[in-house]
Amino acid sequence: MRVSFVVNGDPVTVEVEPRLHLADCLRDVLSLTGTHLGCEHGACGACTVIVDGTAVRSCLMLTVQAEGASVLTVEGLSSDNALSPLQTSFRKHHALQCGFCTPGMLTTAHALLTEEPGADADRIRSALSGNLCRCTGYVSIVEAVLEARAAYRKADMP
Amino acid sequence: MIGTNRYIGSPVERIEDLRFLRGRGQFVGDLKRQGMLHAAILRSPIAHGRITAIDASAALAIAGVRAVITAKDIGSVPCIPLRLLPLPGTERFLQPVIAADRVRYVGEPVAVVLGDSPALAEDGVGAIALDIEELTPIPDRQASRQCDILLFEEAGTNAAMIFTGVKGDADAAFRDADYVGRHRFAVQRHTALPLELRGVLAEWDETQGRMTVLGAAKVPFFNRDTVAKMLDLSPAQVDLIENDVGGGFGARGEFYPEDFLIPFAARHVGRPVRWLEDRREHLIAMNHAREADCEVEIACRRDGAILGVRGEVFVDLGAYVRTNGLIQPRTLAQCLTGPYRVPNVRMTSTALLTNKTPSGTYRAPGRYEGSFFCERLIELAARDLGIDSAEMRRRNLIGADEMPYRLPRLEPIGPSGDTECDSGDYRETLERCLAEFGWDEKHALQGRKIDGRYHGIAVACFIEGGGAGPKETARLDLEVDGTVSVYVGSAAVGQGLETVIAQIAADTLSLPLDQVRVLHGSTPFLDEGYGAFASRSTILGGSAVFQAANALIVKIRGASGTRLGCPAEQVEFDDGYARAPDGRSIAFAALAADGLRVTAEFGNGNRLTYTYGSAAAHVAVDPGTGDVELLDCLVVEDVGRIVNPLTLHGQAIGGMVQGLGGAFLEHLVYDTHGQLLAGSLADYLIPTSTDFPKIRAIALENHRSPSNPLGVKGAGEGPIIPIGGLMANAVANALVSFGAIPNQLPLSPSRVWHMISSRQSAESSE
Repeated sequence: MRVSFVVNGDPVTVEVEPRLHLADCLRDVLSLTGTHLGCEHGACGACTVIVDGTAVRSCLMLTVQAEGASVLTVEGLSSDNALSPLQTSFRKHHALQCGFCTPGMLTTAHALLTEEPGADADRIRSALSGNLCRCTGYVSIVEAVLEARAAYRKADMP
Repeated sequence: MIGTNRYIGSPVERIEDLRFLRGRGQFVGDLKRQGMLHAAILRSPIAHGRITAIDASAALAIAGVRAVITAKDIGSVPCIPLRLLPLPGTERFLQPVIAADRVRYVGEPVAVVLGDSPALAEDGVGAIALDIEELTPIPDRQASRQCDILLFEEAGTNAAMIFTGVKGDADAAFRDADYVGRHRFAVQRHTALPLELRGVLAEWDETQGRMTVLGAAKVPFFNRDTVAKMLDLSPAQVDLIENDVGGGFGARGEFYPEDFLIPFAARHVGRPVRWLEDRREHLIAMNHAREADCEVEIACRRDGAILGVRGEVFVDLGAYVRTNGLIQPRTLAQCLTGPYRVPNVRMTSTALLTNKTPSGTYRAPGRYEGSFFCERLIELAARDLGIDSAEMRRRNLIGADEMPYRLPRLEPIGPSGDTECDSGDYRETLERCLAEFGWDEKHALQGRKIDGRYHGIAVACFIEGGGAGPKETARLDLEVDGTVSVYVGSAAVGQGLETVIAQIAADTLSLPLDQVRVLHGSTPFLDEGYGAFASRSTILGGSAVFQAANALIVKIRGASGTRLGCPAEQVEFDDGYARAPDGRSIAFAALAADGLRVTAEFGNGNRLTYTYGSAAAHVAVDPGTGDVELLDCLVVEDVGRIVNPLTLHGQAIGGMVQGLGGAFLEHLVYDTHGQLLAGSLADYLIPTSTDFPKIRAIALENHRSPSNPLGVKGAGEGPIIPIGGLMANAVANALVSFGAIPNQLPLSPSRVWHMISSRQSAESSE
């Protein structure tokens, strides 16, 4: 099937089997391997991408459902040369160890802070509760997201 | 020597993060090769049986299914050797890389299907007709001990190994004791569960006779030698290449059946082959861990002084002895008494085979379980003797003046398995922990009901063995641009090795951090090396790098002294320059033409480091639901010397939360037919971001290790150790009015609720 959508600002058209989910399409067809698969039934959150502004598990969405949508993956969160404020904060707070859950954590947190730049620690923990991390114990991730809020508040200003 | 840099001890942000944060990591699933086929594995759906037929004709009829490999195609099926503790007798219980006629657990590989896509390979797996004649399974340790059914008839027993830890004369100590307590405890089967699933990508170069394997982790050199032997190749014909690895925790990177099957398949079909595990497969195929129960006794004087500990532990090892499967039963026999002075010990630990997935190490193997047993035993003794929990531990911790302190001797290993606590002041971390936690103030809450919930506090102490295993190797090359390439045999599994090794090298060489390039874990880098386990990489890999860097400095000093016309010993280093006393200088880059390269090794003769610490917790238990809320949890540890406080803190917090998963959530439940009932992440629960928000850790570096030049101690496994016992004691203390005896993990809401309600109903019927 032919499907057209936008990934990280670039329009793409792919020819895929109906059974191909969006994560496999991003990884195998479009070579955007930053989106990771940890369970393929929506339990771990590693494959989270942002579709039309909403954090979505790309293993639970078929590629054909992305027709006409705008998809943002971890590769689209920063430019080539610099980390985004959220990524910088993750590094400062050591909010990643093995790095496997990190793309899903970043996309989930980015979607949250874009909508709610004032989210408090409880709200952040709640929003991240569908993203499993086996390394960090989450404390540093929450600290990193809390500190990154300032950049999203600024971005809101006219 | 250490130069003017001060990277060691600073919270240096990680080098690795720059790629991970931008989605540029290279995990095995991200790697592709031209013409690559995809593998899927047919696994036994039966826990115990005989294979009577495998008919792959329907699978091979699917367009895009290229091959089906079974034991018949392999011929003489190799068994996976033990990497650790390959004791006589264990060869009877090793796992063949594929089942030929007998299956012994659900998940055992039976056939490998190669297809043009992962989906087609999986379609092929579904189309194979597999007939298995079922045999009665051994579902648990009780059935295993009876030996009515044997997993290996020729062996005549289901006990794969029996270890005994002995110190002093336990029986005599019990005869003379004022107090003896006897209890049974059990820790459930759970698993490391790294977030990245396993994968292997193998390429066979027929013309060069060369096998390249990617996806390896942890112990690449052992795995290279093993796969080479199995494929009848020399180690020089096999390269194991390390890519990014999404978590290890002891389980990832050991030699599994797939580490043979995929290279074999690649050679068999003459095309690159990649296999990526799925999560259900992971839960039945990768090492399980921790399942053990015990009956233990403690003997004390009236004042609480522990005189002796004795008893028996039974470990459920699953269906085979895998590469490191004996570490857990070994450690339970030798180290169950943890950081406490116990002059008389006799602990027997039996590794029993059952029809479950084989088990191996998971972060602090045997120590987490042993700490749970020991801390419960001590808590119950303190209660019976009317001694405060903290005071009981204070009186029994090994004293600073008793270092080094010898732990029990292990049979059948003998003196070569002896180990001793190396250094430190165990009471120092206990007092710091009690003060930071506010033990004296919170003590008033013990067992009290506040707003409908019962509060409890507990304290526990631990030691963590680090730096086991053979020597590690490092090679440093001065490059033409003045940078230094650092090759080390240690492997990265997500713990931040690259940064820590760079810090050590940069400080020693007086180079900026970005002038040091760390390359690790791949066999082509070095002739010899070992890998990452037993919290050893900073100790052994770090010390090898430290020594190599010092040797390189000597060479640079000599070469620059010659160029600058001054004695070598007067040369000083700064920022990639060698300077003579008269102020003239020469850049490292200008010296590279001299071919400055050194290799160094560091071994510690298996003198382990012992990081130690104390932990305290405060819980509130809801009697209506059995829910336990963790209100505070603190670990204070002394790691000898801190290389990177940022990554160390990450290890501590991460380990604690993993320990909480084992204490409250994680359970690989099996039914009586040997079927795993927790086959997905919706059934097997690990901690999420909302479960345990109140976690604190403090690291000290007051007492260096004497067994390595950096003075560091292993620090990857400590803070997980006390968590099971700590939580059980906190819950027990909260529910003291119910007489609750939480002697099994996990402390699931239903188990806690039953402890409360059974007591309530007993009271109401009285």
